Amino acid sequence: MPLRLIRYALSSKHHEPRMFTTHDRMKSSYDVVIIGAGGHGLAAAYYLARDHGITNVAVLERGYIGGGNTGRNTTIIRSNYLTPEGVKFYDASVNLWKDLSAEFDLNLFYSTRGHYTLAHTDSAVRTMRWRAEVNKHYGVDSELVGPDHVKKACPQIDLSCAGHAPILGALYHAPGAIARHDAVAWGYGKGADMRGVEIHQQTEVQGLDIQGGKIVGVNTSRGYISTGKVLSAVAGFTPRVTAMAGFRTPIFVHPLQAMVSEPIKPWLDPILVSGSLHIYISQTARGELVMGASLDPYELHSTRSTLDFTESLSAHMLEMFPFLSHVKVVRQWSGMADMTPDFAPIMGKTPVEGLYLDAGWGTWGFKATPISGKTMAHTVAKDEPHPLITGFSLQRFADFALTGEKGAASVGH
Amino acid sequence: MSEFVYHGEVRNEPDSETCSDSEWTDYVFNRSGIPAVKKEWWCHTPSNIWFIAERDTAKDHVLRTYLYGEGS
Ligand SMILES: Cc1cc2nc3c(=O)[nH]c(=O)nc-3n(C[C@H](O)[C@H](O)[C@H](O)COP(=O)(O)OP(=O)(O)OC[C@H]3O[C@@H](n4cnc5c(N)ncnc54)[C@H](O)[C@@H]3O)c2cc1C
Repeated sequence: MPLRLIRYALSSKHHEPRMFTTHDRMKSSYDVVIIGAGGHGLAAAYYLARDHGITNVAVLERGYIGGGNTGRNTTIIRSNYLTPEGVKFYDASVNLWKDLSAEFDLNLFYSTRGHYTLAHTDSAVRTMRWRAEVNKHYGVDSELVGPDHVKKACPQIDLSCAGHAPILGALYHAPGAIARHDAVAWGYGKGADMRGVEIHQQTEVQGLDIQGGKIVGVNTSRGYISTGKVLSAVAGFTPRVTAMAGFRTPIFVHPLQAMVSEPIKPWLDPILVSGSLHIYISQTARGELVMGASLDPYELHSTRSTLDFTESLSAHMLEMFPFLSHVKVVRQWSGMADMTPDFAPIMGKTPVEGLYLDAGWGTWGFKATPISGKTMAHTVAKDEPHPLITGFSLQRFADFALTGEKGAASVGH
Repeated sequence: MSEFVYHGEVRNEPDSETCSDSEWTDYVFNRSGIPAVKKEWWCHTPSNIWFIAERDTAKDHVLRTYLYGEGS
């Protein structure tokens, strides 16, 4: 270490501040309690404090900050969805993402790569064309391209996919990006903490105190807290929280797995997704290949991994990139995805007054972290849904007015 | 994994002629999403036999299997 740096290490004037304040005890009441310190809960806390001046807020987390799906996801950020509601919402999120590193003064490794959704069948080409038109209508950079475009961006690809599933074209989305997942949670958490929000880790919400149809408090593993407003942002744990609240939702939980290779020389710039081969892949700044596949095929509330997953994902990966046969897989893991029947989230008010839901994020919610935080903060502060999320209400199922995103959300997260 | 295919929880369809709208939407969309021992439809694909499994959805333990109408 250069000598001139040592004086900073030894001086108490230049100490490295801690990321988060540790609070020994909880208060007996807060204006707002947020369940879940994933990206979504922390972003909501941040915008409640920053944009609405509501700082008497506790974020309660049963494990540790970002330890849920936020820290398990494959970080694909894009806005080329299928429905007008989805396109507008995710585009607003991409716009927030771009400024976050500067806003937090923390490097999120936000990296715009370009995103290809590969089409191997005529019907897939049709869906891509449909998506491109909806996207363009809302000003989102999105186009249908031919196989030559893909080959140019990624010369290593076998366009015939071992002869099994030739690539006929792709939906190309230039703003597609990846980011450092934990850093997003830390950035929002730090920003909320600086503004007075309390984050309590190792604190599980075990019951909701509802009187006359209204939230009045929560029971936690560390005692009772009274509050008039509760936001549930617990992803794969949502059915347990709605069960505490006494109402039912369409959410069902299946595991979603992912894996990562040893770091290799940078060769893959864009993000590639193939619905037919059930794979998606990107390369991180450290050189690891981050890879994922489709949802596990049955309900399970566990984060176990399976060999089936690694085997079938690797086999499909080699169809597209035969030269990867010597590359080693170093880690695999899984998260509990809170799925909805129409592949759109469930956001907003609930049948219980003062209880708000930010859920149904399934396999696609990381990219939505900034905008869901912002719109949920608005919804909680004003007790009415933000205009961008009215298409995502729980009520849409009773009204038979679904927001069908399946064509844009399954496999390609 | 593909030898046995999951087809969802066993649910009782309400009589669509007599039930209320909210009973019907509850049946169509809502699910018991919490971890529990559940009765589920599974299919053994090689023999195409459909059966019911009682499975703990937190631990992934199958407790009982039987043909429809044979269990309790
Ligand atoms: C393998 C995988 C890959 C994915 N890939 C992508 C992708 O490429 N792009 C994309 O956009 N999305 C992706 N997703 C989805 C994305 O990860 C999630 O939708 C998103 O991270 C959800 O964030 P969250 O903050 O809502 O939930 P989480 O990060 O899961 O946070 C919820 C928190 O709530 C806590 N909690 C739960 N119950 C309680 C309780 N009773 N009391 C206190 N705390 C509680 C949990 O411990 C957890 O920390 C992927 C998901 C997985 C699993």
